[in-house]
Amino acid sequence: MSFMIPEKDWFKAPDKGEKSWIAIGFIWCLVLFFSMPIWHIYGKQNSSSESYRVKPEDFSARVMKFVETNSIGKDGNTPIVQPKPGGHAYVMGGGYIWYPILKLKKGNEYILHISSTDYQHGFSLQGEAGINMNFQILPGYDHVLKITPTTSGTFNIVCNEFCGARHHVMTGKILVED
Amino acid sequence: MSSIAGFLKGNFLPGQSRSCDTTGLPVCNTASLYIRLNAVIAVVSLLIGAIAAILIALTRWPAVHLLPAEWFYRFLTVHGFNMLIFWIIFLEIGILYFVATTLLNSRLFSKAIAAISFALMLIGMIMVNAMIFTGQADVLFTSYVPLMAHPLFYLGIILFAVGALLGVANFFLTIHIARRDKTYEGPFPLVVFGAITAAVIAVVTILHGAVVLIPTLLWSAGLLETIDPGFYRVVWWGLGHMSQQINVAAMISVWYFMFSLIVGAKPLNHAVCRGAFILYILFINLASAHHLLVDPGVSTEWKIWNTSYAMYLAVLASMLHGFTVPGALEVAMRKKGYRQGLFGWLAAAPWSNPGFSGVFMAMVMFGFIGGITGVTIGTEQISIITHNTLKLPAHFHGTVVAGTTLTFMALAYYVVPLIFQKDWYAKGLLRLQPYIFAIGIFTVIIGMQFAGSAGIPRRHWDISFAGTPIPITPMESGWLALVGIGGVIAFLGLLIFLLATVATVFFGRSNKGRPMEDWGGVKDISAGAGTWTKEDDHKTPGTWALVMILLTCFVVYFFANWKALADVWWVH
Ligand code: HEM
Ligand SMILES: [Cu+2]
Repeated sequence: MSFMIPEKDWFKAPDKGEKSWIAIGFIWCLVLFFSMPIWHIYGKQNSSSESYRVKPEDFSARVMKFVETNSIGKDGNTPIVQPKPGGHAYVMGGGYIWYPILKLKKGNEYILHISSTDYQHGFSLQGEAGINMNFQILPGYDHVLKITPTTSGTFNIVCNEFCGARHHVMTGKILVED
Repeated sequence: MSSIAGFLKGNFLPGQSRSCDTTGLPVCNTASLYIRLNAVIAVVSLLIGAIAAILIALTRWPAVHLLPAEWFYRFLTVHGFNMLIFWIIFLEIGILYFVATTLLNSRLFSKAIAAISFALMLIGMIMVNAMIFTGQADVLFTSYVPLMAHPLFYLGIILFAVGALLGVANFFLTIHIARRDKTYEGPFPLVVFGAITAAVIAVVTILHGAVVLIPTLLWSAGLLETIDPGFYRVVWWGLGHMSQQINVAAMISVWYFMFSLIVGAKPLNHAVCRGAFILYILFINLASAHHLLVDPGVSTEWKIWNTSYAMYLAVLASMLHGFTVPGALEVAMRKKGYRQGLFGWLAAAPWSNPGFSGVFMAMVMFGFIGGITGVTIGTEQISIITHNTLKLPAHFHGTVVAGTTLTFMALAYYVVPLIFQKDWYAKGLLRLQPYIFAIGIFTVIIGMQFAGSAGIPRRHWDISFAGTPIPITPMESGWLALVGIGGVIAFLGLLIFLLATVATVFFGRSNKGRPMEDWGGVKDISAGAGTWTKEDDHKTPGTWALVMILLTCFVVYFFANWKALADVWWVH
């Protein structure tokens, strides 16, 4: 049977056709690889390399301070907070809520810190015009993103990492004005 | 089909083997028993997983929204474990025993190891399911810390893994005695080589599992203070995604086996095929990083390097098999006389043979869906727009369901009659089964793929977010409806397979003493089709056309995702 023992002289160099396919495949694999470093140079969307260890209670304290100094109002019980363009902004996940609501200005870069006070969460930004961006957050890690909103409107944050029985109610908001 | 038992002496003990009435291949009685036992529990797992599948699929269909939230997550955990772990791994242990004994003309090394291995795996499986169903392990199959389950849940996984490791050890020891006793000649047959690849990878992944799950067990039992969630993710995915390489290697071995069995296909070039398997081992770690591309705690350089090792050679390996497997089929068909045009050989293939149609469709869906989407969503920056969306389950239902599961069912159409010595029930219906399942799962995947492109998360009970004013477009609910509708069709496909298997195993007509009822092969019409030269052994114009279409789809999908990424906010 042919899946049985190969012939005695089974070790043969690939023939022309096989060689061509290996070459084509290999070139494509190099394209796959180089697309990543190249995008780091020319592209505007790159995952962040910056993160710090932080105790959840320390992160929580920094968020409270951020809210105190920059709060401009409330939506229900959740404060709406407007950080300075170029400044630090915080969003904290935990207890099935995202806290607080951010108000940003389109076209400005912010240093966004995201972390969790309890379980792992998925920070998933959802908006019109197909905007969808996703970042993992872990308790004990301050995940730092230098982020620039390029569209305006109301954006929702949903949790896309399972975090318990009420995971699906975990939503938040980011407002972006022109 | 000729037998090797005739001219080489096996190492069977007297009365402990038989010769297969269909193929003439030797069958070790002990191996045969444990292949049956592992296969039976695999099928039970598939049944549990399938029931969970239909329930969760109907929950994600917004118009139906079947389960309450708690049970949705619970059945999602049931589905992940029973499908991805229990169904696949029980069957793979059976396949390893089959390959090492029957294909190498050897007895199984140890009955005791096989028994302990099976018992541990079974106990582990029962413990895990018991913990999930009693609500003490609502953590999904990734069990990301600090979500915590009952200690018996982690213990169950560990017992299962130890059992699987023993099964793999038994496989290696069987190969060892086959070599020692010279039960076969020359290098390993290709199918054995592929199985060895799968087994080597299995050992590495199970060790990763030990590194992460033993501390987690201690933590859950209160003996360890904390487990770092970043550490957990890195090592867990060393288990979680590397183990998918086991499935790939096992599945591709089955492809070679089946095409050889049904149409007499031979590997085009043994060196290329083996080299491609070795690449899986060398680049085994590759995909583990794909889950961590938008994680904190790992650097950009780490991500890019671990995503590809600079050149994606495991992807190249799959591209090579994607060429040599259909190529082998094409050459065999042409040699039999089907030489018209580019695709005459394909048109004349035995499409009503479920062993053939299942494997062929699995190959196409694995390549076109699983492969292309996997590489793309596993690209560092593209992960920003795909991480944890429904595009992920779209990808792995293309690999491990449309690929591996469909392949293993196709294999069963041959192995059940040979190992259980029963002819299939309901053969007419079974000829349709691969098509029903393929259409269903394809529909599920399309629904998930497009819902995921719209940002809809995976593992999520309610995409209207429990009454918060987040707009869900009719389009998006439409894609999710496809998940439900496709789910019903795929479930029917599985059900036909499961019921027929049970009926056959328990009540099927015995085929002892005669060949199994054939599913239908391909007639040799080469007389009069002209001469066949040595060059023709490598002429594969139809396969070239297929792989160029594949490459085109790959390029288009890959760059379309970069384009989509370019449209989102700036971030670095
Ligand atoms: C009738 C066939 C099947 C259907 C309809 C189906 C459907 C689904 C659905 C709807 C989900 C949930 C997606 C989500 O909300 O995140 C899912 C998840 C999953 N499925 Fe399947 N599936 C089927 C077969 C399989 C098979 C055969 C396997 C493995 C061999 C498998 C492996 C998985 C895994 C690993 C998950 C992820 C679980 C998790 O996120 O924790 N499925 N499937
Ligand atoms: Cu969550």
